[in-house]
Amino acid sequence: MTVAVALPLRPPAHRVDPRAVQWWRLQGLAALVVLAGPQLVVWSVLAMSPSWLLVTTIVTAALAVAYALVVPPIRYRIHRWEVTDEAVYTLSGLLVREWRIAPISRVQTVDTEHGPLQQWLKLASVTVTTASARGPVTIHGLAAPDAAELARVLTETTQATPGDAT
Amino acid sequence: MLVVAPLQHVVRLLPVLVILLFTGRGDPVRLWITLGITVVLIVLGVIRWKTTRYRITGDRVELHSGWVRRQRRSVPRDRLRTVDVTSTLLHRVFGLGVLHVRGASSAAADHHGLKLDAVSAAEAARLRTELLHAAPSPGPAEVVSGDSRDSDYRHSQVLSTLRWPWIRFAPLTVSALAGTGVLVAAVWNVVSELGLRPRDLPFAADVEERIRGAAIWLTVGVLALVLLVVAIVGSLLMFTERWWGYRLTRDDDGTLRVHRGLLTRRSLSVAGNRQRGAAVSEPLLLRAGRGAQARVLATGLGRGGQGGALQPPATRREAHLLAAAVAGEPVERSTLAPLRRHPRRALWRRLTRAVAPAAALCAAGWAVATTVPGWYWLGPLTTVLLVLAVPVGFDRYRNLGHLLTARHLVTRWGSLHRRTVVLERDGVIGWRIRQSIVQRRAGLVTVEAVTAAGEGGYPVTDVTAADGVALAAAVTPSVFDSLTPLGAEEPAGDLTAQGAGRGPQERLDHR
Repeated sequence: MTVAVALPLRPPAHRVDPRAVQWWRLQGLAALVVLAGPQLVVWSVLAMSPSWLLVTTIVTAALAVAYALVVPPIRYRIHRWEVTDEAVYTLSGLLVREWRIAPISRVQTVDTEHGPLQQWLKLASVTVTTASARGPVTIHGLAAPDAAELARVLTETTQATPGDAT
Repeated sequence: MLVVAPLQHVVRLLPVLVILLFTGRGDPVRLWITLGITVVLIVLGVIRWKTTRYRITGDRVELHSGWVRRQRRSVPRDRLRTVDVTSTLLHRVFGLGVLHVRGASSAAADHHGLKLDAVSAAEAARLRTELLHAAPSPGPAEVVSGDSRDSDYRHSQVLSTLRWPWIRFAPLTVSALAGTGVLVAAVWNVVSELGLRPRDLPFAADVEERIRGAAIWLTVGVLALVLLVVAIVGSLLMFTERWWGYRLTRDDDGTLRVHRGLLTRRSLSVAGNRQRGAAVSEPLLLRAGRGAQARVLATGLGRGGQGGALQPPATRREAHLLAAAVAGEPVERSTLAPLRRHPRRALWRRLTRAVAPAAALCAAGWAVATTVPGWYWLGPLTTVLLVLAVPVGFDRYRNLGHLLTARHLVTRWGSLHRRTVVLERDGVIGWRIRQSIVQRRAGLVTVEAVTAAGEGGYPVTDVTAADGVALAAAVTPSVFDSLTPLGAEEPAGDLTAQGAGRGPQERLDHR
């Protein structure tokens, strides 16, 4: 069952940067450290630590590693984005597919964001907000220069649009 | 303002001050502390008053405030969405009001807006008129006295005024019940802070004797009855305080104004170009009592102004009529329109979504009931929930519906809280289309129309994928032109073909 069958909309044209896979993997590993780390510490420090703590630690670690190995490539295949003349259009979501469409005439602000991991991988996320709290469209894991260029183009287009976009 | 702010603080601190004064038995230190607090409050009030300035320029409203931490906030006038004036009892004693202006964008500064606390009532009325209309009013001379009603209502049409029979819906609203809880808690606080112990009351011993003698179910029953009576009386009081002197008017330029309140007068103004439609909201209890409440969808209102409530809970018919009047359409083409039903597959999904959590809860309930002694009642209780979930699922499906009219998107959903929304097509500023794995199997999607007004987005739940896309494409055709693949242009029969139609006869009435 492919995406094209799921919805009579063509998928957005562009994939995100391939390095995004690495980024998502690193995020998964960070989650591993945060979740399994304390369990391991408690297990090793406490003299009478229960044996099941080791089991949960191993299960957590196995799940996180499996996630980091399996999920990012799938997400890379799903996540897509495009900016047409009329709208910003994204597709994302692993279990729940989500198509977001923000007409360019309604865009209010364009933000780029580089987290520490993203900076290291030279990636960036672009967030396009509209006047609605439910409206923001975020494109994660673009190559940094592409993101800057996209933000520049969008900002220019937005400024050229009259009205207050509500 | 010079008087009101310190007084407000004093009122808020009153219990503390009283305790300080009366529990000390003439201890002079406590007296000094009380005096000190009062002086500090007054000094702070003076500083706040001295350092607060507001200014309305050609294109901005500015508020400068603060002494140690100076704040300058400004909202562009063309971004202003709503202006409301509140005056608490204390404000009214001194003829003052608090003017609250809110902007449009979701950015926090704009959203929370500016609060001018407090200006004279006449000034508040003048500012409201000036800010809501592009052309500045001729000046303060127009508003003569503190009572600005006459000048306000000169060109306005009254849409609704208070009808006392509505008070029967008051006990059916959750907010009223919650408010009653707050009231009871407040009374309890005062009682305990004043050092009164219920046990010392003259009839306490007698009551205790009776409770000991009576069966437990009787005690619980009487207690529940007492709570119910308190809740009902409290909700009636709350209704009176909130909606006393209620009146909804619409000016020539479409500005809606709500005036209401007994102790605290509130007035909410929503300019016509900020309105994006209307909604009829029916929470479970209210719906059971055949009542409903009409709301306006306005940009920049958010959850403020009681979520845009235009009317106290009223009969269903009245709420629908008002919503239709606000949307500017006959009622059978707005919230009471014959909505298009969603496919049968949606029923299965609504049922599983209602029953599955209840089933999980039921399993857990029985597990606890069989293992933990004394919790045997948990099993049957959760089973009742499970049984109740089935009709809820059916009801959810029955309530699902949507329709595209010439000017609006109408959608209805929910069972425990049923909502019918009429959203202007022009008010749609984006789309979110979601599809879970289960929905993908069933070929369904949930299409959410994103808007700057109200709750920010309104869902059309579980329509077929083709219908959902066609619906969105019909509302914003230019956006979807390049997104729909060629073969799938007309999946929903007449929908895309007629979508751009504007005449009422071209209303999209399927089946």
